Amino acid sequence: MKNLDQIREKYKEQYKEKIGKTRIVVGLGTCGIAAGGGKVMDAIKEIVAARGLDADIDFTSCIGMCYREPMVEIALAGAPSVIYGDIFADNVEALIESHIVNKTPLYELACFQIPGDATPYEGIDIMDKAPYYEKQIRSVTSRLGRINPESIVEYIATGGYEGIEKALQLDRMAVIEEVKKSGLRGRGGGGFSTGTKWSFVYGAQGDKKYAVCNADEGDPGAFMDRSVLEGDPHSILEGMMIAGYAIGADEGYIYCRAEYPIAIKRLNLAIAKAEEHGLLGDNILDSGFSFRIKIKAGAGAFVCGEETALLNSIEGLRGMPRVRPPYPAHKGLFGKPTVLNNVETYANVPFIIRNGADWYAAMGTEKSKGSKVFCLTGKVNNTGLIEVPMGITLRDIIFAIGGGIQNDRPFKAVQSGGPSGGCIPAEHLDTPIDYESLGEIGSMMGSGGLVCMDDTTCMVDVAKFFLNFTQLESCGKCTPCREGTKRMLEILQKICDGNGVIEDIDTLDRLCRVVTSSAMCGLGQTCANPISSTLRYFRDEYEAHIIDKRCPAGVCNALLVYTVLADKCTGCGACLRACPAGAITGEKKQPHKIDPAVCIKCGACIQKCKFDAIIKA
Amino acid sequence: MATSQCGELAQTDKDVALQSLLDQYRDYKGGLIPVLQEAQNIYGYLPKDALQTIAKELRIPFSKVYGVCTFYAQFHLKPRGRNIIRVCLGTACHVRGGSKIFEAAKEHLGVGHGETTEDLRFTLETVACIGACGLSPCMMVNDETHGRLVPKQVGGIFDTYE
Amino acid sequence: MSKVTLTIDGIQITVPKGTTVLEAAQQAGIFIPTFCHDPELSRPGACRICVVDIPGARNMPASCVTEAGEGMVVYTDTPAIIEARKTNLELLLANHPEDCLTCHKNGNCRLQDYAYYYGVRPGAFTGEKHDYPIEDDNPFIVRDMNKCILCSKCIRMCEEIQGNNAIDFSFRGFSAKVGPAMGTTLSDTEISNCVFCGNCIAVCPVGALTEKAMLGKARQWEVEKVTTTCPYCGVGCQYDLNVKDGKVIGVTSTDGDVNGRALCVKGRFGYGFIHHPDRLTTPLIKKDGAFVEASWDEAIGLVASKLGAAKDTYGPDAVALLSSARVTNEENYLMNKLARAVIGTNNIDHCARL
Repeated sequence: MKNLDQIREKYKEQYKEKIGKTRIVVGLGTCGIAAGGGKVMDAIKEIVAARGLDADIDFTSCIGMCYREPMVEIALAGAPSVIYGDIFADNVEALIESHIVNKTPLYELACFQIPGDATPYEGIDIMDKAPYYEKQIRSVTSRLGRINPESIVEYIATGGYEGIEKALQLDRMAVIEEVKKSGLRGRGGGGFSTGTKWSFVYGAQGDKKYAVCNADEGDPGAFMDRSVLEGDPHSILEGMMIAGYAIGADEGYIYCRAEYPIAIKRLNLAIAKAEEHGLLGDNILDSGFSFRIKIKAGAGAFVCGEETALLNSIEGLRGMPRVRPPYPAHKGLFGKPTVLNNVETYANVPFIIRNGADWYAAMGTEKSKGSKVFCLTGKVNNTGLIEVPMGITLRDIIFAIGGGIQNDRPFKAVQSGGPSGGCIPAEHLDTPIDYESLGEIGSMMGSGGLVCMDDTTCMVDVAKFFLNFTQLESCGKCTPCREGTKRMLEILQKICDGNGVIEDIDTLDRLCRVVTSSAMCGLGQTCANPISSTLRYFRDEYEAHIIDKRCPAGVCNALLVYTVLADKCTGCGACLRACPAGAITGEKKQPHKIDPAVCIKCGACIQKCKFDAIIKA
Repeated sequence: MATSQCGELAQTDKDVALQSLLDQYRDYKGGLIPVLQEAQNIYGYLPKDALQTIAKELRIPFSKVYGVCTFYAQFHLKPRGRNIIRVCLGTACHVRGGSKIFEAAKEHLGVGHGETTEDLRFTLETVACIGACGLSPCMMVNDETHGRLVPKQVGGIFDTYE
Repeated sequence: MSKVTLTIDGIQITVPKGTTVLEAAQQAGIFIPTFCHDPELSRPGACRICVVDIPGARNMPASCVTEAGEGMVVYTDTPAIIEARKTNLELLLANHPEDCLTCHKNGNCRLQDYAYYYGVRPGAFTGEKHDYPIEDDNPFIVRDMNKCILCSKCIRMCEEIQGNNAIDFSFRGFSAKVGPAMGTTLSDTEISNCVFCGNCIAVCPVGALTEKAMLGKARQWEVEKVTTTCPYCGVGCQYDLNVKDGKVIGVTSTDGDVNGRALCVKGRFGYGFIHHPDRLTTPLIKKDGAFVEASWDEAIGLVASKLGAAKDTYGPDAVALLSSARVTNEENYLMNKLARAVIGTNNIDHCARL
């Protein structure tokens, strides 16, 4: 068998040389671009050219600190890399002036530094010690924001394809045993042992087998997979190759949601580069193992995240789940034995093979090994992508990493697991994050979205939001999901509109029970979790809506009353003119009044009031 | 094959493009969805005649082709605007005022959800989540994401798309 | 063949391996309701009305797609199962017209039957209901998709038995609907490819698909079903003539040895001749330019003499016989004898292209 030693040495040299130069790197993941990273990139190119500066310009993917995007990394030759946040077209010149021309970091915008072998700058946090990263570990995400994701040179120089090289020298069963021993469990939310799943496919009879990657990340509030696909696409390919080798597959499919164009572009590029290097195709590294990967772009259906619906979709059918058994391990894609894992699961595999199962199993808890990538969003100060060891508490995530709730408002709940998950209240903040514990408190790991909520979030409204989502995404095949989600949503709407009756709570309870237990696939079986978890922890809010006709969080419009605070109102008349319903009356320079019977609760008055004199409650 | 009358010429070109697309996918396993995706790129939407041709050439019953088209949110059976605006109403955007962005977009364009402006410049849609939650509220115009929006910004953003 | 023994509601039963829990329960005489299950069609396991409790299983498995296992214990009537069935029935009824009084399927409707067994009344949930136009723009099949419970039997019948793929699911979730491509109706045959065999009607468990000509003619319990063989062609399909007050008002499928429940458009819908006033019931002989009723003897005698004369004058090959696919094989055999042995010609053909 051939190995990559020579090429690796060469690429390491190239990479070392590259990062040894003065360079400017712009974060161009989806979030960086969304925040304006593209414009920053253009500005940098212009400035560097205009001033004739000797600096390489490069791009990378998301390093995780979405709340500071656009981010720019600058390193002088032989000096630490400093990562800056909130860099826009209007302050980038000052940044370059300071850091490159004057050789002084721009301290006020510096997020952290990565010194490498160089002497750190004083006054800037080193990455591992920065508050955002201190409790994180970077394993699956280690290359994110650190390498150019479109460069196979940098992937190989940072240990890439060592995993497949090592795997190809092992017996196929030994690879599976190693994955089993690592304790890796499905990161798509199911939590099934990856190694065990592989062994089923290994043992299944079939003239052809497939390895499929589920990159149809559709949970609102989740972008882990996107970040990994955009930031380290080769790691997915490598993970799939290792799986393919282990189970005896020669073909792989990545089913990527069409809403991720950058991920698809970078995957295609990665496949082409890997093929050029003889890492994909026939007789890989002269080992006798052949493997090809195709990308299938999804077409917009959340249910295709369900494994059998995904297989149907790859086959060109409606994405409706299949009856199981037979399980995909025996009868999967095109009727052949198929292993299906999600992006993060595959991305873990090369690290496990390269560093060994013991290394991996040392992280995490007894039953949930390793690390987990989460997306921290909602009303938390530091939103972004984080990787933490399993077993960390929600409190650490939200307060230590996330920096607490925005505007110092009280924490109310965190929603984990997307539309399949539940809302976790403050009393469970010290729950360690692992598959079992989250299940016990009525939520689930899901794929890893964590949406934080404060006291201005209405839990009935949140449940309604998720039911609206699942209702629209239900495939319609089975009765409880198709009809049940519709009725649950209607009842929630009724409650939010102030028309709820107390019996509705029992009806919701019953629907949750029946839909959960009798629906056909994972979507239906979990779609009631947002209701059942909020009913469990925030029943009083439902009752307030139903009995008192009041929304404690001040969200449900129909239940709010708009009033003018007489002591703040200057009688300017702005609200009166803005009101489309003519509900506001008052003499000039006298406090105005809103007639609740006429008010249509559109909020136009609040927007117009310059004195904060109108409140809704 | 091509005629001198404009309009017809373009139509013929599209049909030719569809034929070569079909040639490429005739023996491709599970080719229907990629064919529909690319046919939609050719025509801007999925016209009935194109669907009928696809069904015939790929030997898939028309009812099944239609079933697939209507299952996936991405496929459109009516003409669409040159620029597709998708306002995110995902969880994070929802809690940070995504619906206000949507309202502002509706007002600016004068069309509702799923509708196309008369000049075919814009189609307005919502999306459950575009995965840029850290930048909520946000929207996508074509493949570009715009984040941290406030309602009064949207008009200016739309103006940059022809 | 290996066997498995399982216990359903305390009854022990041994079945061949591969038998489903539903089939095992049926063999044990235990009732489990079904909508989407049909022994002749593929199994989507979709309607969830047949769910059962199998301790140790995740959630409630659908008995129609769960294989009976050795030592398996199954309960079909626990409070949780009854609650699930009732709730799912309530959910179906919440999106179904309360139209039993005038529905053709009244008395032969599974939704109605199960609602009755489980004491489910409409009105448990209020909210949006479908409001599709009733499709009756063809002479044969009326489709009322408001009554459809999306069991997909018609789709599978059309695809798996008939092979026409006229209809499939379109859209998804609550908006999912069964119909031809482009949202058109069956009568748009360019698109639908429908041949109006009506086999979809035969499997519809509710009143969504009905025979147009039978509407308003008879309640289900007024109909006498007379099983007979279709006279149209030599296949010998069996079906039920639906007879009310001595008159045939329609044809419905029975479970024929030859054809199962499948029929063609002629067999299912081409019965209009039976009581048609123009139907010939006696031979007619043209006398002085007008047809006059005659006896069989007179008519046959006339034909025999004319044929004999033609043969004598012009030879046997001046005569040709055209038989019908609507007569029996035996009758066609006799016709062949008449041509070849009696008249002496090979000029014989038939019209099996009805």
